[in-house]
Amino acid sequence: MSILVIAEHDNSTLKAETLKTVAAAQAMGGDITLLVAGSNCQAVADAASKVNGVSKVLLCDNAAYEHQLAENMSLLVTELAADYDHIVATALTTGKNFMPRVAALLDVAQVSDIIAVESADTFVRPIYAGNAIATVQSLDAKKVITVRATGFDAVATDGNASIETLDTVCDAGTSSHVSDELTESERPDLGAASTVISGGRGMQNGENFSLLEGIADKLGAAIGASRAAVDAGFVPNDMQVGQTGKIVAPDLYIAVGISGAIQHLAGMKDSKVIVAINKDPEAPIFQVADYGIVADLFDALPELESKL
Amino acid sequence: MKVLVPIKRVIDYNVKVRVKPDNSNVDLANVKMAINPFCEIAVEEAVRLKEAGNATEVIAVSIGDKSCQEQLRTALALGADRAIQIEAEGELDSLNIAKLLQKVVEEEQPQLVILGKQSIDSDNNQTGQMLAALTGLAQGTFASEVKVDGDKVNVTREVDGGLQTVALNLPAIVTTDLRLNEPRYASLPNIMKAKRKPLDVKSAADFGIDLSLRTKVLKVTPPAEREAGIVVETVDELVEKLKNEAKVIS
Repeated sequence: MSILVIAEHDNSTLKAETLKTVAAAQAMGGDITLLVAGSNCQAVADAASKVNGVSKVLLCDNAAYEHQLAENMSLLVTELAADYDHIVATALTTGKNFMPRVAALLDVAQVSDIIAVESADTFVRPIYAGNAIATVQSLDAKKVITVRATGFDAVATDGNASIETLDTVCDAGTSSHVSDELTESERPDLGAASTVISGGRGMQNGENFSLLEGIADKLGAAIGASRAAVDAGFVPNDMQVGQTGKIVAPDLYIAVGISGAIQHLAGMKDSKVIVAINKDPEAPIFQVADYGIVADLFDALPELESKL
Repeated sequence: MKVLVPIKRVIDYNVKVRVKPDNSNVDLANVKMAINPFCEIAVEEAVRLKEAGNATEVIAVSIGDKSCQEQLRTALALGADRAIQIEAEGELDSLNIAKLLQKVVEEEQPQLVILGKQSIDSDNNQTGQMLAALTGLAQGTFASEVKVDGDKVNVTREVDGGLQTVALNLPAIVTTDLRLNEPRYASLPNIMKAKRKPLDVKSAADFGIDLSLRTKVLKVTPPAEREAGIVVETVDELVEKLKNEAKVIS
């Protein structure tokens, strides 16, 4: 069996989630090829060649893939798919964008967002915002799979795979990139951080999120938010943790002023240790927290920062 | 410009989901159903395009048994001009749905198709992208802004690191994210008016598409329950527990 994994990257660095997606591919069993499609992305291919479990890296370096537009990526992957039994990508916004296109072009169903692999054709995935877990068998000869990275442990990076350069250019010509407005941050990525501290509606406004920053600095944490805080306009949507935002599973998750709506829990309940700070003792967040403290966050946060 | 809005009938988002005791699926008997929230945002966006003079007609389409006419009436009450129900019994997967929608696109020739990015039941996030692939059209998924500009549409997308704007040749496919708009409430007069708007019924079988399922659900189980932990009294105690018991900080 052979598996094609599509690397997540920004043309300069390989995203950590790819290491977890490769782990999922290993569980499916087979020879793994890692595709790096981008523009001026040699550095990513070099990093990809060190990923354990990967036997070959395919490098497709062309302006057509600079922004990994779904129209172009799907044509490329579909063309390469002939040689593989499984086509696997990470369920981040890039993979979610082009993979269903690949599946439709190959005329196969896609199994989205898997959190476990039972066998080469059977996968486990959350449905209903994680309120139910489905075990799904794919009946297609070719499997198209997206992987929820938090379900798998990253593989190591001391491998030495060969890099093969392809000059396949797929440009559908139907779409173009206009601009990016990316959030600049010194902090780790929400998806990759080992500690996350998130604020909810209890933060009262955007300025008060600065109370989380001192703690985040001391813990090397990423800062997140609940949908309620995003909808209230406190912080931008890319900070949202939840079913409709980012799914995280850090070693330590600190929920501050977050009541614990189902939608939020779906995004963080697989964290190893959950801490809740909330002044309402009845808040549902306490039902999933390992350690809860019933307190006014405006007292508890400065004290916590001073004691770390 | 015609806008097509495919919508899905799903469990109401306020309802607590329960898994059937035989683990065959979730229990939907006597459960309140509604239009999928992302689909409602799609309807609202299409209606706003019409109100702004960019669109001339908004057509809602849904695939399912007769009960999905209820959600089509909701779309009509929100401002869609007419509706199409494609009668189909039993389970369909995203690829089947996309193939049926492809036929509707061929028939209606819309300039824009707006769909929800995912349904809150199966959480697949596939149909819009699959429809775009089958029709060969460009796609703007997870949209937080849609601007029609001549023969192109600019779509601002919610991506992992922030926002990305792409320009798509029309006709194009757009899928909605949460912040695209806040859907209006249907007024009583509009609900009454919706009852008289045209609603065509077609049979899925007439489209001549193989609608067999390519995936099989082996079982559905409730998620592992997380046990509630302990409530600590002071910040000092919290720090001590995190250091010495959970060992997640040093």
